[in-house]
Amino acid sequence: METVLPWEVKREYAIKEEAETNPEYGCSPYARNISNHLRFGLINLDKPPGPSSHEVVAWVRKILGISSAGHGGTLEA
Amino acid sequence: MLGDATKIVRVFLLAGKEYVCLMQLHSEVPEPILRSIFEEFTGEIYQKPPLRSSVRREVRRRRIYRFVLLEVDAKHVLFRVACEAGTYIRKICFDIGEALGCGAHMRELRRTRSGALVEDKGMYTLYDLLNAHTAFKEDGDEEMLRKVVRPMEEALELMPKIYVKDSAVDAICHGADLAIPGVVKLNTDVKSGEPIAIFTLKDEVVALANALLPAEKIMEQEKGVAAKTVRVMMPAGTYPKSWRS
Repeated sequence: METVLPWEVKREYAIKEEAETNPEYGCSPYARNISNHLRFGLINLDKPPGPSSHEVVAWVRKILGISSAGHGGTLEA
Repeated sequence: MLGDATKIVRVFLLAGKEYVCLMQLHSEVPEPILRSIFEEFTGEIYQKPPLRSSVRREVRRRRIYRFVLLEVDAKHVLFRVACEAGTYIRKICFDIGEALGCGAHMRELRRTRSGALVEDKGMYTLYDLLNAHTAFKEDGDEEMLRKVVRPMEEALELMPKIYVKDSAVDAICHGADLAIPGVVKLNTDVKSGEPIAIFTLKDEVVALANALLPAEKIMEQEKGVAAKTVRVMMPAGTYPKSWRS
């Protein structure tokens, strides 16, 4: 089987210019303070089979004490 | 997806998927025949969404990237399938049953991959989340919370990317399209018309966009618009406003 799966594609880069980034603003995703880490975060959640995705998202909001959260598609077979 | 990361949802809707499925045949079928049917269903297939679906019910083409028979036990068939977004596995089981002549239906389905996210790496339960949050609230320990909650950029690992200069960032945060002079580096497989992610040199996502030129043209040209901004991810003001420098 020759098909390359979309997640097996090796990507390459072409550099157009040399440039630096100023450490005074912006932040590497792994260096965010906990509040921003949550604000720009996602959870790969193993959803229990009973409750609806809507309920589960509500629980996540409650556990973390945040007001905004959503889901990217749940499997309900 | 938490907070501002909810804007990333379109990436999951379009991303390739992988499932493990238990199909029940309505009569036993020899393995070699099953394997050859699986080969037939690999590649391009046609599907019409079922009655209970939220999309328009017209025949559409979908790609099955890989279809692997895992185990057969009398009428039970376990398989793994990697496919394009929007493929109905239930319908595939039904169609396989039709192709075999005996009929078949889907018994159980588990999604093992959605785009860059997989079940055997970095998947957590609600209990994990609760424990992680408790450890943080009571002991100030962030470690587990930072494992269970991932930066939204991890969902974009499979997307072609264009990296931009600091001076180009804020304009894009205000909705501006990406102009060629702002480009620092990019994936060579950026194609015109396809979704891409715009990143800073600190590896933060700025916006989701559609490329307007292929990678070669963006590299060659000095002027022009490289991509049309579709969804801004970074709050305006994160990087300073910068006029032509």
